[in-house]
Amino acid sequence: MNNNKQAITIKGTKDGLTFIIDETCSFDQILKELETKLSSSVVDKDHPMVKVNIHLGNRYLTKEMKDDFLQIVRSKNNLIINEITSNVITKHEAKEWQKDLEVSTITRMVRAGQTVHVQGDLLLVGDVNPGGSVSATGNIYILGRLNGIAHAGLEGDRQAVVVAAYMNPTQLRIADLLSRSPDFATEGVYMECAYVDEEHDKILIDRIQMLSNLRPNLRSMERRISNG
Amino acid sequence: MGEAIVITSGKGGVGKTTTTANVGTSLALLGKNVCLIDTDIGLRNLDVVLGLENRIVYDIVDVVQGRCKVKQSLVKDKRFDCLHLLPASQTSDKSAITPEGIRDIINELKSDYDYILIDCPAGIEQGYKNAIAGADKAIVVTTPEKSSVRDADRIIGLLEKEDLGTPHLIINRIRTHMVKTGDMLDINDIIGILAVDLLGIVADDDEVIKSSHHGEPIAFQPNTKASISYRNIARRILGESVPLMSLEDDKGMMSKVKKFFGIKS
Ligand SMILES: Nc1ncnc2c1ncn2[C@@H]1O[C@H](COP(=O)(O)OP(=O)(O)OP(=O)(O)O)[C@@H](O)[C@H]1O
Ligand SMILES: [Mg+2]
Repeated sequence: MNNNKQAITIKGTKDGLTFIIDETCSFDQILKELETKLSSSVVDKDHPMVKVNIHLGNRYLTKEMKDDFLQIVRSKNNLIINEITSNVITKHEAKEWQKDLEVSTITRMVRAGQTVHVQGDLLLVGDVNPGGSVSATGNIYILGRLNGIAHAGLEGDRQAVVVAAYMNPTQLRIADLLSRSPDFATEGVYMECAYVDEEHDKILIDRIQMLSNLRPNLRSMERRISNG
Repeated sequence: MGEAIVITSGKGGVGKTTTTANVGTSLALLGKNVCLIDTDIGLRNLDVVLGLENRIVYDIVDVVQGRCKVKQSLVKDKRFDCLHLLPASQTSDKSAITPEGIRDIINELKSDYDYILIDCPAGIEQGYKNAIAGADKAIVVTTPEKSSVRDADRIIGLLEKEDLGTPHLIINRIRTHMVKTGDMLDINDIIGILAVDLLGIVADDDEVIKSSHHGEPIAFQPNTKASISYRNIARRILGESVPLMSLEDDKGMMSKVKKFFGIKS
């Protein structure tokens, strides 16, 4: 082990500080060096908040390691972590990702009292009847009639959408938001999509044709990855 | 080898017992050997609708618990030699019989009868599980009310998990004037939601209640709307393609009929 080698290289950029972590040295060494470097004059106490980006290279940090690392950075009160990037993920994480990116096609009726859940996007060829419900961590596309409940972005993805050939749901949920049908009977609408309007913090419904403007990167890898 | 058909609905009071009695009677009228089984233990009334109450000696619980043979428990109809009833018990509850017990009885009856119709109790619990145990096919009865259709949908979902094929639907107690005013679901709405094949429709008719009261299933009467409906259902069960009867001289109704039979043979 070369002790002269720097475990952490700190660079200042216009976006804040970038910590580049050497791939070969031990984790203990990194923590030790982080402690000393941050205690020295890298950051001046009176300075406003500084964003920190951490580049791990080909190193993988477990959750515990990440927590240890972040705790040291956070103890310096004017540093905030913007992003931690690594070139590697575990097989498990990769599989979860893949699932999140998959579209599961299900051909059936979802009847009263039945529920269908998928990880990733759901393409349902069939109806969701009153009293039936579908959910997905990603988007929900229904090639049929939505007369029951649909919950897209189940784990908090507010970018997720619900698209239906016929939209007449009793309830729509996207991430943490909920909207329900009015108490009087309504006719449904054809070819519509539901999405979260961040400005008003609520679920809105629009024509399917608007989706390309509302969610231009509906299927992009980056979106899912940044959504974790 | 006979065929066992369970008649079920989820919701109570929509006409399962009435349908069992009348479809069974109609099949017998067409010369088939028919056995009706009442599985509504503790709330039996198929015997009353058929007017056979005073002839019951043994019931299904006696058979399952080994107090008598299946044949001993069968009550022969007053009118037909080819129609029999296996009555439910008045006193026990649903736990007195088991799915296996019912299955054994039905398998035994199949060698003697062309059709075995099983009248199912309301609900989706043990009584329902008993009733479907020995069935080859299922008929779901609904009325044109939202709550009834919702329960029918629930039951169809459960039936699809069994090895019974797609259930067939009977819409009972249609009141044409209320459908017209939009206060009841119409046939197309119901078929649209349930997405199963329609076996028949029966109008809401005071004669049905009257004839049940007198223990003479309406299917015997030559010319009421309901009796024709039940006999048509029986003919469809035998595989004939009988057009839906118009419940009123209503063009809208006839065009729906055409539509169904445009899709189905
Ligand atoms: N087509 C009809 N027109 C008028 N009355 C009807 C019709 N069908 C059934 N009824 C009446 O509705 C009531 C309930 O019918 P029935 O007992 O057959 O229902 P069920 O589904 O067997 O009920 P349960 O769930 O209690 O077993 C009875 O009084 C019956 O006479
Ligand atoms: Mg009954």
